[in-house]
Amino acid sequence: MSSTFDTIASIIAETCDIPRESIKPDSHAINDLGIDSLDFLDIAFAIDKAFGIKLPLEQWTQEVNDGKATTDQYFVLKNLSTRIDELVAAKGA
Amino acid sequence: MRLEYFQLIDRIVDLNLAGLTIRCEATVPTASTIFEGHFPGYPLMPGVLLIETMAQTSGWLVVAANRFERMPFLAAVKDAKLRTFVAPGQVLSISAELKHEGSGYAVTEASIAANGKSVCDATLTFSVVAFPNAEMNKRMRDAAANIGFPMGAPADG
Repeated sequence: MSSTFDTIASIIAETCDIPRESIKPDSHAINDLGIDSLDFLDIAFAIDKAFGIKLPLEQWTQEVNDGKATTDQYFVLKNLSTRIDELVAAKGA
Repeated sequence: MRLEYFQLIDRIVDLNLAGLTIRCEATVPTASTIFEGHFPGYPLMPGVLLIETMAQTSGWLVVAANRFERMPFLAAVKDAKLRTFVAPGQVLSISAELKHEGSGYAVTEASIAANGKSVCDATLTFSVVAFPNAEMNKRMRDAAANIGFPMGAPADG
């Protein structure tokens, strides 16, 4: 997870001009880092490219809107890292 | 081109869904109310409309890739470079390549050339969503047919 988190943190720092040291595993991308939906598209693009995956943003958004998931599950960075690791593993399976 | 109606693409010359590329052509009109203000005595195609022209070209490619089931809306313009002036009457060749199709968004690289010379280029991001309503979908299909969109496989297949 740590290397996945490091990659995500570097992407966020570069994309959103946020100091790298302020990005923690427990940071919530929206609530703590103030990343809006448009900036998150840039982040998703960079993550998709870096990991060779397709973040299922629409599915996640739908699950949050339907009350089936919380934003913490997808947008707290340690959880996002876990989701990415799962997607990478599924791709290789 | 009918600038006042934002109809900026005259025809689709090539649509390659295997390579995820598109090329369109458009002729800048010799007369338009827009040229009365941009600029008085020195008419030029506005740069924002050149960017919109690249966006519309990219948009047809994204529409084709999504088989008219989803609609791209321009969300971000990056690294836009307007390299030379475009005057009334010039014929533009507009190209775009779909660089990435994510979940609910797409990224293209687009460019315009005239007389073989580069006019402008940019990286464009689109939010890609379901068509807001059936009427818009129908009008988009009608517009596509009018500019030579290959309505067979990409549109209905």
